Amino acid sequence: MIGFRNITKRFFGVPVLRDVSFAVPPGHTVGLVGENGAGKSTLMNILGGNLQPDAGSMLLDGRPYAPRTPRDAARSGVAFIHQELNLFPNLSIAENVFVAGFPRRARWLPLLDRRRIHDRTRELLAQVELSRPPETPVEHLSAGERQLVEIAKALALDARLILLDEPTTSLTDVEKALLFGIMARLRSRGLSMIYISHSLGHVLRLCDSVAVMRDGTLVAHQSAAALDTDRIVSWMVGREIRQLYPGRGDRTTGAVALEARGLSQSGTVSDISFELRRGEILGIAGLMGSGRSELARILFGLDPCAAGEIRLDGEPIHGLPPRERIRRGLAFLTEDRRAEGLCLEASIADNLSLVSWPRFATGPLGLLRRRDAGAAVTGMREAVRLTTSARDTQPVKTLSGGNQQKVVLGKWLLNRPGVLLLDEPTRGIDVGAKQEVYRLIADLARQGTAILMISSELEELTGLCDRILVMRRGRIRDAMAAQEFDRERILRAALHDETAA
Amino acid sequence: MTPNVVAPPVSGPAGGILSGLRRLLTSESLVLWLALAYAATLAPFTPGFVSASNGQALLAYALPILTASLGLTLVLILGGMDLSVTAVISLASVVGGRIMSAEEGWMAGSPLAVPAGVAAMLLVGAGVGAVNGWVVTACRVPAFIATLATLMLFSGLALWMTQSRKIGGLPPGFVLLGQRLWMATAITAGVAALAQAALSRTLYGQWVRAIGYNPRAARISGVPVHRVTFATYVACGLFAAVSSILFTAALETGNPEMARDNLLDVVGAVVIGGTSLYGGRGRILGTVFGVLFLSLVDNSLNLLGLTFYNITMIKGGVILGAALMDALRNRLLAAA
Repeated sequence: MIGFRNITKRFFGVPVLRDVSFAVPPGHTVGLVGENGAGKSTLMNILGGNLQPDAGSMLLDGRPYAPRTPRDAARSGVAFIHQELNLFPNLSIAENVFVAGFPRRARWLPLLDRRRIHDRTRELLAQVELSRPPETPVEHLSAGERQLVEIAKALALDARLILLDEPTTSLTDVEKALLFGIMARLRSRGLSMIYISHSLGHVLRLCDSVAVMRDGTLVAHQSAAALDTDRIVSWMVGREIRQLYPGRGDRTTGAVALEARGLSQSGTVSDISFELRRGEILGIAGLMGSGRSELARILFGLDPCAAGEIRLDGEPIHGLPPRERIRRGLAFLTEDRRAEGLCLEASIADNLSLVSWPRFATGPLGLLRRRDAGAAVTGMREAVRLTTSARDTQPVKTLSGGNQQKVVLGKWLLNRPGVLLLDEPTRGIDVGAKQEVYRLIADLARQGTAILMISSELEELTGLCDRILVMRRGRIRDAMAAQEFDRERILRAALHDETAA
Repeated sequence: MTPNVVAPPVSGPAGGILSGLRRLLTSESLVLWLALAYAATLAPFTPGFVSASNGQALLAYALPILTASLGLTLVLILGGMDLSVTAVISLASVVGGRIMSAEEGWMAGSPLAVPAGVAAMLLVGAGVGAVNGWVVTACRVPAFIATLATLMLFSGLALWMTQSRKIGGLPPGFVLLGQRLWMATAITAGVAALAQAALSRTLYGQWVRAIGYNPRAARISGVPVHRVTFATYVACGLFAAVSSILFTAALETGNPEMARDNLLDVVGAVVIGGTSLYGGRGRILGTVFGVLFLSLVDNSLNLLGLTFYNITMIKGGVILGAALMDALRNRLLAAA
């Protein structure tokens, strides 16, 4: 189907792809894995016509394939489904599906054939098992449904090769299962797919073979049947990761740092009560939309809360703005690091010091002590093990996802918080960076920081937390301590309604 | 932000020229070089261009525009927009005239007329800025629309207050400011130094940039977004009021149409100076260069005898060119 031959690409003399060769046979799904920065996205940009290789070639169905633009790629039947969806929320499903080229009433008439558009959309939606009228605005769809619209869009182009880049990051487990079912059916119809994901379990389950990249080279491409996660991880990082989670060790918990009593807000959370102690890591499990993130936003003061009480170190903080809560030692790493965590165009140093600037300002004019701030930034870079190859003045957007997340974490740690709220702290970052983030979290807890951690990855919660609360539909449904951790019990509590229905 | 440019490996003379061009395009003082190159090119053909009196005329033209542009620079770095600067200039001019004029002023002849007039003009600036800031923060109206509305509202008010007459008879103590160019220069330089210090050396400046880059992230990181935004619009109004003081003293009249045709000079100069309309990126010195460039264009074309309309057209072209160059420069910086 598609073959890569000795693809090489350099950016300003720095090689990002070296002699990459592999093939995707027809009807095959290849999992493409590697740490951030391994060269996956550059390779896919070349496949999609966004970049041209410096050397090497591609073959599509045995014919040379060298797209100059994304439009060329689409015309050749190569479709992309990105992590951040490329849909227009204000347009209908049908309009989104045909946005690249609407069927017209006649060749020479610039009038759209609405009926044909809708009929064809209905067919395509049936293929992806989405029972929604074609005129539904995309903004009314859930994240999972939008993903299906993206696939319908690819099918509308008569795509023969579909590339999926982290398609499951914002999907619930039920939606994931549905997506995987549809992928399996497309594969049986002879479609080829390249599936990029950090979730190795999914890759092994879905793919015929797995291609592993590291530092711009293809280190392995083998049949999935013979592989396991540990094997893939060791190829990805070039060494064995013996222990992903640092272990609880001899952590002791202290006084109550954060206390919630009967928090309720219509539509998001109801009657939430818990205590979080110094040195404790408290996990919150639950599906997307179960009220986990909303709870964190209420605790931090970003969203209002109709009833209940929040105490930070015994002091009520209800009604205080985030700024005041930050001053009292609260920190909040949000789930969307690009939109809410970072100033992407600003430098690493400016991002790291953003929260703590007031501590480096003197007098009524707020004159900055830049030298002190600079020293703090240097120290924090080492503490969070930020890549040493990046300069302080470099824009944060040039960093890999893992390093960006370390900047967000460092930004909060520079303010020495007593209570740290983490919402999906390892979303979209590679295994090596994950391990480092876990170790940081465990170290902070050992030093007495109270940590509330929201995650969709059960393994991460059970590996790291002292206690786990399970949320469903805005309420806490179950709570368990480390010795009672049981993935099945957590899933049951998180899914109860859905399985009963 | 200091862009660090990694030059591509140089190979042969072509590579040398390319990398030199690249370095020039991404240079911080590109606009200054362009302005000087423009002046050097036109000097031989333009009668009276290189002379002490023309130098003074150029400075007199540039100073009030620069003062207003400095305030707008802060607002643009914040990611906002303020179209009402010229309304502040005309309204403050009229209010100052109404208070100070020996012919029809409320405080005509009083020794306190000048300080009271100046204070009232500054108050007008702060007041219009506060209205802008309030509408933008509390009512969440997009800054472009909010300040377009206040532009019309307050320039209309200035015309209505005077029935579009000019107010003469300003006291000599005030007009002196316009006659002694060094005084206006000192005031503008002081104001520029203040803006530069606020932007680069204070907590406020860091917050302005952070809001310009990403207001949501800034808010979550504890930046008092509303307070900083409000303060920046008030500051912009104050800068425009100082500009009005310079204009009014130089022209010796309170004029309801003061600076009416200068709005695009002010906005254009800031953009030519490399301040991003998307917020976050911008420099005070860039704005100084931008005003210098536009003033040179205006001055030389006037000397060459072009009409106001032609000059406006050419300035439009210059601003477009600057915007295109900025886009190219961003691409080069992003690739490096």
